[in-house]
Amino acid sequence: MELREDVPAGSTAAIPHDDQGAGRLHMALFAVLLVLFAIAPMFFYPVFLMKVLCFALFAAAFNLLLGYGGLLSFGHAAFFGSASYISAYTAKVWGVTPEVSVILGAITAMILGVIVGSLAIRRTGIYMTMITLALAQMVYFVALQAPFTGGEDGIQSVPRRALFGVLAISPDRTFYYFVLIVVFAAVLLIYRIVHSPFGQVLKAIRENEARAISLGYRVQRYKLAVFVMSATLAGVAGATKALVFQLASLTDVYWTMSGEVVLMTLLGGMGTVFGPLVGAGLVVTLQNYFASFGAWVTIIQGVIFVIGVLLFREGIVGIIAKWIRRPL
Amino acid sequence: MSVVSTDPEIVLSARGLTKEFRGFAAVSDVDLDVRRGTIHALIGPNGAGKTTCFNLLTKFLQPTRGTITYLGRDITGLPPAEIARLGVIRSFQISAVFPHMTALENVRIALQRRRGESMDFWRSDRVLRSLNGRALELLEDVGLTAFARTPAVEMSYGRKRALEIATTLALDPDMLLLDEPMAGMAHEDVDRIAELVKRISRNRTILMVEHNLSVVASLSDHITVLARGRVLAEGDYATVSKDPRVVEAYIGATHD
Repeated sequence: MELREDVPAGSTAAIPHDDQGAGRLHMALFAVLLVLFAIAPMFFYPVFLMKVLCFALFAAAFNLLLGYGGLLSFGHAAFFGSASYISAYTAKVWGVTPEVSVILGAITAMILGVIVGSLAIRRTGIYMTMITLALAQMVYFVALQAPFTGGEDGIQSVPRRALFGVLAISPDRTFYYFVLIVVFAAVLLIYRIVHSPFGQVLKAIRENEARAISLGYRVQRYKLAVFVMSATLAGVAGATKALVFQLASLTDVYWTMSGEVVLMTLLGGMGTVFGPLVGAGLVVTLQNYFASFGAWVTIIQGVIFVIGVLLFREGIVGIIAKWIRRPL
Repeated sequence: MSVVSTDPEIVLSARGLTKEFRGFAAVSDVDLDVRRGTIHALIGPNGAGKTTCFNLLTKFLQPTRGTITYLGRDITGLPPAEIARLGVIRSFQISAVFPHMTALENVRIALQRRRGESMDFWRSDRVLRSLNGRALELLEDVGLTAFARTPAVEMSYGRKRALEIATTLALDPDMLLLDEPMAGMAHEDVDRIAELVKRISRNRTILMVEHNLSVVASLSDHITVLARGRVLAEGDYATVSKDPRVVEAYIGATHD
């Protein structure tokens, strides 16, 4: 069979398609990040850093669904928030240790993810998104009305017990390393999911769903699987957050929380490995430093978001990846 | 309902196949028998219901009435992915590739499905490299070796179609349904793909929708002509091309 053109040069040759090279770059960046975060408490307030880490994981979990699964959920606060409540409740009332409350929170989010996911993926596009929003509002209502959530007060002064029942990690500086390990492990798991045989199928479904079906893939199973994974990991973030602030509150399940995670992901760069982490860092930093402006924070956030979307649709990390011609 | 054929030589069969969209019958009461090892063409003027028929047979559309059997088994109620898993793989009118994946990755997606570990989210995708050898063989078969690492989106139209065929063949299907494989193709590409279709038809059954009548004449063993959603004529090319109703339907269509 004859080839009519030469192998395309230029653009193709410049972008390395060797996944090995990209993998090594990513691992190096993860190592640098880990080192930076390990020494960061010497320079920054640990609670602020822990907040950044929890939201970075929340955004990374959300990005797994949006950026790699191609599914937009506007109800991720339900998973984050319900895990936060369960984590706070089990730590305070049942007196379980931190690792157990994080696991119980994640399991709650997972079960909720199965319910919301199996209903939502029956529809596509905006309809799917609306189903997630509607179901998340129901979770909010439960959090507001149920007897164990503390209503408007939430669950306050949640104790940080000894890790595994033996290691005292209650002080912020010590607890920070517990959070760092949980978040890094979860973010690396997300990285692995994206770069697995499963992740490859997800990519195919996102690129051309009808073709994936015609090759015999049961795409609904893959969509549900990635939905549940995303919900569970968002739960890990929420459960950890409850222990960081020693508080679970209605803010965690409110729809604005769902919006915030969309903002973080888009600002950082959806479908990129590091985008959600950068986006979360940026948004949390803004909220912290502009806290004195009160209600104006949301306006500043909104303006930054609009400018961000107008100037660089691919997000901060997306645009850097474009410059250096490497996936990040 | 008419009796479903039990002739073992009939691979895919439809009886009374009907699809109505809000009262409009796009396909009505179509009977179709595709014989083992043949290239069966489905032709007809624009709007004859060929693609609808195709979508019904692969269950991308649910028929309003009628039955579809594959190897004697009723598949009318199966979802499309399950039809594919039985070994009936379809192509699409607009080329169906995964645009931002390389040619190699495109073929590997199909190979991966047969391997059966596609839910493994905890393993590195490096395990997929074991499929590279087979994927490269398939790409070589369609003349795309040099493009293995090129994203599909950067390939010419004809090559995308070739890639699509390589991807389809990766599943080693017993039956292929090709929806206008030559549509929008340059003349040289038409010959190339026609030769390829001929070559892959060995040991396989092919049903194709095609507009290019010279391709239909040279490739197909059996032709079903559709017009206004109904079967107008059937037989080999010599028979149907002389059928006055077919001639009329085609000439009538030129006024569109």
